[in-house]
Amino acid sequence: MKKTIMQYALYLMTFLTVSLAYAAPNLEINTPAINAVKDSMQSRHNALAPHYQSGAIGLTNNGFISVRDAKALPLKDRQGINALVSDENSDRKKLYKEIAVANGHPEWESSIQESFAGRWIDKAKSGWYYQDASGWKQK
Amino acid sequence: MKKFSIILLFAGLLAACVTINIYFPAAEAQKVADEIIDDVWQIKDGEQTKSPKAISEESSETTDNAPAAD
Repeated sequence: MKKTIMQYALYLMTFLTVSLAYAAPNLEINTPAINAVKDSMQSRHNALAPHYQSGAIGLTNNGFISVRDAKALPLKDRQGINALVSDENSDRKKLYKEIAVANGHPEWESSIQESFAGRWIDKAKSGWYYQDASGWKQK
Repeated sequence: MKKFSIILLFAGLLAACVTINIYFPAAEAQKVADEIIDDVWQIKDGEQTKSPKAISEESSETTDNAPAAD
C-alpha cells in the first residue's frame, strides 16, 4: 500500500515538472505553414488595399473581411472581388488554425481568431471600414 | 488518512498545473497578432497604429514641448 502511494506521488511529480516546462508563455509563429500563409496574404494585400480605402471591403468583427459596398468598386474590379475576399478569408482561417496547431492547442483557434479580430481593426488605417456589434463604422 | 491527504495535495497541484497549461495566453496572442499584421500590411515601426497608451503618452509629450516650439 505504502509503495503504491509513493509511486503515485512520483508519477505526479514527474508530470508536474513536465507540465511546468510546457507552460512557457511564448507562442510559436515561425513555422513553414504560418510563413507560407503570411507570404500569401502579404502579396494579396496590394490588391486589397485600395478597396479597404474606398470602403468596398471592410474588416468584420470576427477576424475576416467582407464586401461592404460593391458600388464603390471600379467596374473592372467587380468581377474579381468575391474571389479575392474569399481567398483572403481562407488564408486568414488557415493562419488562425496553424498558429493554434503550431502551439499544440488546436482548440485555441477561435481564441486566436478573436485576438486577431481586435488587432486587425485597431491597426486599420483611417478611412477603412470595420464592423462592430451595431454595424459598419469608418475609422 | 495522512497518505490520503498527500494524494489530495498532489492531485490539487496537478489540477492547478493543468489549468495553467490549457490557459490561453491572450496577451501573448495579441503580441503575435500585431507582429503578423505588421508583416502582412507592411506597417513599418512608428507608422500608423499606436496603442491608445502610446498616443496619450505622445500627446502629453507634445504638450510639454509646446512652449519650446515657438
